[in-house]
Order: sequence, then C-alpha cells, then structure tokens
Amino acid sequence: MGNWVDIGAVNDIPLRGARCVNTPSGKIGIFRTLDDRVFALRDHCPHKGGPLSQGIVHGASVTCPLHNWVISLETGEALGADEGQVGTIPVQVENGRILMATAALAVAAE
Amino acid sequence: MTTNLVVVGAGMASGRALEHLFEAAPGQFNVTLFGAEPRGNYNRIMLSPVLAGEKTFDEIITHDADWYAEHGVNCRFGETVTAIDRERKVVTSVKGETPYDKLLIATGSAPFIIPIAGKDLPGVMAFRDLDDVNRMTTAAAKPNARAVVIGGGLLGLEAAAALRMRGMEVVVLHLMGHLMERQLDPAAGYLLQRELESRGIKVHCKAQTKAILGEDKVDAVLLDDGTVYDADIVVMAVGIRPETRIATDAGLQIERGILVDDQMRTSDPDILAIGECVEHQGAVYGLVAPLYKMAEVAAQTLTGATAAFRPVQTATQLKVTGVSVYSAGDFAEGDDREEIVLRDASAGVYKRLVLQENRIIGAVMYGETADGPWFFDMLRQGTDIADMRDTLVFGQAYQGGSPLDPMAAVAALPDEAEICGCNGICKSKITGAIAEKGLTSLDEVRAHTKASASCGTCTGLVEQLLSLSLGDEYNPAAVQPMCPCTDLGHDEVRRLIVAKQLKSVPAVMQELEWTTSCGCAKCRPALNYYLVATWPGEYVDDNQSRFINERVHANIQKDGTYSVVPRMFGGITTPNELRAIADVADKFAIPTVKVTGGQRIDLLGVKKHDLPAVWADLNAAGMVSGAAYAKGLRTVKTCVGSDWCRFGTQDSTGLGIRIEKFMWGAWTPAKVKMAVSGCPRNCAEATCKDVGVICVDSGYDIVFAGAAGLDIKGTQALCHANSEDETIEIIAALVQLYLEQGRYLERIYKWTDRVGIDSIKAAIVDDLAKRRHYYERFVYSQEFAQVDPWEERVNGKDAHEFAAMAELNMVAAE
Repeated sequence: MGNWVDIGAVNDIPLRGARCVNTPSGKIGIFRTLDDRVFALRDHCPHKGGPLSQGIVHGASVTCPLHNWVISLETGEALGADEGQVGTIPVQVENGRILMATAALAVAAE
Repeated sequence: MTTNLVVVGAGMASGRALEHLFEAAPGQFNVTLFGAEPRGNYNRIMLSPVLAGEKTFDEIITHDADWYAEHGVNCRFGETVTAIDRERKVVTSVKGETPYDKLLIATGSAPFIIPIAGKDLPGVMAFRDLDDVNRMTTAAAKPNARAVVIGGGLLGLEAAAALRMRGMEVVVLHLMGHLMERQLDPAAGYLLQRELESRGIKVHCKAQTKAILGEDKVDAVLLDDGTVYDADIVVMAVGIRPETRIATDAGLQIERGILVDDQMRTSDPDILAIGECVEHQGAVYGLVAPLYKMAEVAAQTLTGATAAFRPVQTATQLKVTGVSVYSAGDFAEGDDREEIVLRDASAGVYKRLVLQENRIIGAVMYGETADGPWFFDMLRQGTDIADMRDTLVFGQAYQGGSPLDPMAAVAALPDEAEICGCNGICKSKITGAIAEKGLTSLDEVRAHTKASASCGTCTGLVEQLLSLSLGDEYNPAAVQPMCPCTDLGHDEVRRLIVAKQLKSVPAVMQELEWTTSCGCAKCRPALNYYLVATWPGEYVDDNQSRFINERVHANIQKDGTYSVVPRMFGGITTPNELRAIADVADKFAIPTVKVTGGQRIDLLGVKKHDLPAVWADLNAAGMVSGAAYAKGLRTVKTCVGSDWCRFGTQDSTGLGIRIEKFMWGAWTPAKVKMAVSGCPRNCAEATCKDVGVICVDSGYDIVFAGAAGLDIKGTQALCHANSEDETIEIIAALVQLYLEQGRYLERIYKWTDRVGIDSIKAAIVDDLAKRRHYYERFVYSQEFAQVDPWEERVNGKDAHEFAAMAELNMVAAE
C-alpha cells in the first residue's frame, strides 16, 4: 500500500475525539481512541449518511450523532442489531505524525 | 398471481388479520387499506392510559409507516369508503373507485349517542379514538374544568378516572343501580364506587339523563329528577353499536351486526368481515380477544386454509391504575347455582365464584385479582372443583396445602392456561419462546410473543414466567442500569459521585468498576452532567463526553450543517439585533431563517467552519448563545403583559426577561422551557411548559411539570407568589432541586411523576429554609455557568472543532 500522505499530528486530535480531512472524494474522519490508536473512516454513516466524525468516540467505536448507530472504528461495521458498513482507510502513526494511504482512498471512495 | 385485497377499516382487528396474512402468504396479496381515522393501526385499548397521561400515543402505535411500507400496503387513511358495488367488485371513496378480488370489512363500531336535547352541542364527545382523547386532554388543561361522564361501564369509568387524574372535576352518571353492572355484581360495584369516590369522582347511579344544557356549547347536564351538574365537557360512554352502514347499503345480510359464518364470510363469499361490526351465531363481540381470533380465521380463509371461529368466553379487566377488577362468565343468581363469597371489607377485597354442578361458571373479583386467570381457565375447561371446594376461593396457592406463593401458583398453571387474554397467548407459548430464543426481559417477550403487549394487565404473570424460567437471572425489581457499561442505575451513580467525592469521568469509571474502557455514548454525557451539577466551579467539563450539539454550541442538522439560535430574552428583540441577524444571513449565505416556537430566530444550514465567524458578528451586536442545543434553559416565552395588553395584570415581559437573564447558562438534566403569561388568558402558553408563571391581580401563580412534545401534559400548580423576587426564588429553587434529582434526559414532568409532587412541594413550598438553601446553591452554580460559549469560541477555544485537520487536493496518485 503506497502513497502514504502526512495529514497531521496525533496530538491535533483530542483523545476520544475525531477530526476531518477533506479530500476530493469526500470527507474522511480521523479518530483517536483513549488508548491512542488512530483510525480513518469515510465520514458517512451507513444508515443515513451522518457525519461520524462528530460522534462520541468510545472504546474502538463511534456513535453517530444523527441516530446513534454504533460503528466499529476497526472494521467500519455497524455494531449491535444494525447492519451496514462504512469504508475504512489505512493509517499509520510515525513519530507522532499520522500517515494515510491515499491509494486506498481512491478505492474506498469509488 | 396476486390477489387484490381491499380492507375497509384500519383498526386492531384488520391490523391483526394483515399480520397473519403477510406471515402466511408473503407477496400474495396486494392490499389497499382504507381507514376513517387519519392514522394507521394503534392499540385502541390503551387509549385510557394515554388519556390519563400514563402513556404517550407513540407508545401505543401498533403499525407505523415503515411497517405498511415494508408490506407494500397502499394506505388510504382519512378516506372513508362510501359504497360497495358487488356486481363490479369495486369500492367507492372520495378519490374514486378501487377494484377488489376480495374485500375485508372491519369497520368496527360507533359510539352510541343518547338521542336527547343538546347532544350535538360542542363539548359533547365520545371516547372512541385519538381525536376524542385529544379533545378531552385539551378540555382538562383548563383550570377547574368539569366533566360529566354518562355511562358507568368499563369505558366510562376509565375515562372518568383518567380525567380526574388530569385534574378535572368529574361526575359519572349511570343509568343502572350499580357500576359496571354487566361485569360486576352489586357488591363489587359498590366497592368500585367507593374507591372512585375516594379519588374525588362523584358517582350518581340510577341517573336518567334528560337533556344537555347550553347555548353555543355545553354548560350542564340535567337529570330527570331535576339534578343539574355543571359541565365543560360531556363524555358519552353508554355503549357501542356495530358500524354496518356500508354493508347494509351493499345488501349484505345484517342483523345486529354483519352476519358471518364460521370462516368469517358474509352472505357474499368474496366479502369477509371481522371485528366489532360482525355478528356470529347471534353474538356481537366488543373485547379484543375474540376479535383477534376472528382476524386469524379470516386470514386463513383468505389464504385458502381451513379454520373456524368458535364463540369465545371473555374475561374483563378494568384499566384504572390502582383498581383491580376482574370478571368472567355468568354471575347471575339462580336456583341451580351456588356461590362462594369471600369478603374482607377493611382490605377492600371481594371475591365471588358462581358454581353450577361443581363447575365454575362465573367469577367476580375486586381488590385482589391475581387468581382471575386461574379461575377463568377452570371456567373454560369446565374443571370439576369438588375436591378443592373448601379452599377454592382462597386461590390457587392454597390448593394442596402449599403456602401462599405467587410463583408456585404460576408454576402450577397448566401449559395451555391463557396468560394474555388480549392476544390469546398461553403459558407454554411464552415459556417456549423464553427457552428457544433466549429471552431475558419483558420487552423481548412482548416483541416475540405479543403477550402483555396490548392492555398490559397480564404483565405480572409474564414477569413471573420469566423468573420461573430464568431463576435468579431475571430480577424485575432490579434497577435499570444506566447503560451496558455498568450495573448501577442513575440514582446510585449520583449518590456514589457525592459519597466517594468522584470528580472526573475516569474517576467514576474506575471507582464504580465500569466494564468498558471509556464508557459509551449513553453513559458519558450522563456522567459529565452529573459531575457538572454536583461540583460547580470544581469540575472541568469533559468536552469529548458531550453530544456534538453541546460540544460545538449549535444544532447538527441532517446534512451535517448546523443551526444557530441567538438568545432573545423574553422574546423581545430590537431593530439592531434583527439587522445583525439579517446581515449574518446574507454574509454567510445562510439558506433558511426561521421564527421558532420559543419566540426567537433560527438560522439553519450554517457550515461548521463558519460557526465562529457567525457568532462573532452576532456577539458584536450584543447577542449571546440561545442554548437551543443544550440540556439547559432554552427560552422564557412571554406575552406583552401590562405594558401593552388591556388585560395584562403584571409586567409579564419584564418578569420573563428577568428570569431568563438570571437563569441562562444553567445545565439541567434535560431541556427546560419556561413561559410567563400576563393574565389567565395565557397567551404565552405557560400551562404546557416545564415551568410557567400565570400573572393574576394578586401576584403570580407558579405552575410546572407540563409538556407539549412527545407527551402532552398540562402543568400542575406549585404555589402562589406575591412578588417578582419571590417568584424568581421559587423557580430557581425548583430548578436546582430538579438539577440535583433529575436523571439525565429526564424532563421535569417525568421527574415529578417519579419523585411525586408532594416531595417537591415539601422542599420548595412548605419549608422556607430548604427553599432558600436550594436557591442559594443555584445562585452559586450560576457564577460558573453564565459564560457565553460563543464568545469563548470566537476567542479561540476548541479551534480544532471547527477546522479540518488537512485538505488533500491531490487525488490518489494512480
């Protein structure tokens, strides 16, 4: 997986919080968990398109602000009784910087 | 090949028939459903709790729009079918003709209106559908309103009790010598009357209504004996008659109801009929259990299966909270009958069993009705009771010398014993579902079996079956945990936050042994609120535990944009403020500007990154956040009061502004809306607010615990104040008490229902020292709460919330 692009510092995102990255193929939510892991999901709940980056981050999941669907940050899948999945984008952290795989972005955004 | 099925009537019977039909033959029927009411199928039996304010209408909806859509039902609600052409097989309604292959008539029944003078006056109503309930609720909202209920049967008494609960003066007029004479004998009727009278309901038996008096609306009811009862509304609940008009016009065979055979077919084999509108073997039914049975049979007939409807014995229960009445079978006296009676006057218990040849043929119970289903079961089975005759009336638990244990009684019920009469669900069906599907809660049992999902009177039995099946794993008395992260309930968590001096979200989770690393979207906002409310000035707000609206101080919309509502104290604005709002709307191309119900202006469709700049401009014109997003004080609506109005008694506008300026910024368990009206005409609609003030000549009447959202509830009186200062002290103390006792997301009216109005009055009205104490705590916490969040963010706070982390302009290099 090539084309790793630096999108900012880990510390730019609050613990148990999220920020957005604007891309030509739509918004990507970048999430930071309590145990300092970073995830990237398309900012679009599989239910009604709610902006997941605005939700409450807990454990390795986020609750959509519109109708409270809980989405796994690890797989992008809806948890509990709901069914649906949102695209995930590989990210890695190096020296406190977040790198996102833009190749996957093109695929994920299709 | 699909069959075109037209259904006339969208009530409980046809709703149940459609459920069976879609289950048995999915996709086989193309259904068009006509209903006279402008809404789909709801649980009509539960209108009484809705009228009493114990349930909301939403809670009793059986089929919502999604359900109809899912099954492809063409809904024609609010459209009455006026004619059936059996030759051409079409029905006619306002919008034209609809062809059918099969027609199902389920028009139900119409309330019987006594043909007396005044019956058409505004204010005379039946108790049949949601519109009637809404009319009664509106009437009950008026202080000291009076209702006369004509008819002391099941429906009339439920209406009377509910209206009384809503604060009306209620008189029940009953033609017969005792209440509910079709279900109760005189002794039980007397006990029931005494109970209702103790609740402040006047009962007048042997009352022959002569006329309803009034010019352009109801004023009073006149009886034959000359008695006159004043009335704002008259509720006619004297009975129902099958609604057969379209069937009569179509030439179908009719007696009292539309005649049907065992397969629910009318005299035209392509037309079926079910529900209260039909007559089967000379009997007309009005209770839900037989109607559901008809629905099942009709669905089977339509799908070509064989099934037959058999006359059904029914038992009756009255749905008035705190009153237990049960009756089944035939309880008239007769030479060939014997009876067993148990009376305990001081405990208000009365049980009477009517026996014929050692078999129960009737049962009437008042006060203690748990054994009702057991007696009813033996009645239907024709069980020979000779062996247990001596102890029979004491109930099932006394048979075989076993001690009084309700669990043992339920355990001893045979598998085929009926638990839920409304839905015809027997014991084995419930225990089977619990075992097979691993059900662990009442809600799950309701979802899977429908038991206890209609009138709810069998809830206790279903819970006992749950606990019988699950043992210790089921504990109905257990406190509802806050969320799946803990076993503790809201109150316990609050108590421990104080007792253990817990001052941060992680501290609470650590000390109270949360099962998740950092909670969930349910508990985190609740904990954050409890900490804010418990430790004002000390606790540092956890932004990441706030819902997005409170995190960015604007309301998220469905498309991810936000709405912005500046405060307009008391609903008063100025040309300068309006100019600033107009300029902001232009400058940021805000698509929608709307006047809200709370007397202020909403700017909708603001992009998130524009929020701080929008606020900066509004701040510059002197406006602060209206907290339209907050679990906190929203608005104080006012009327123009003595400033302008010729009826105004006090300066309601000024008082409203004072209250809002004093109380804005406070965080509360759920939103708080207030209003101040300058006279009892109440133009500010204070009587449906969380807290309201009605100005009168002598001062200020303070009311609270109203609602006009999911629930509609008139306020209850708190007390009278003589000055603005006193009014403000009382309201602040009340809100502080709520702030300390309310569970997160629990509105004031729900909190009041939970803790009881007396406990609130004891703290705020009766005990001046306590009131002062709560008031001072409110004043203290306001020192930290009254900071304009917009200004803080204009000055750079939480800047990361409003800007993207990065802009990637390059498309992935491919």
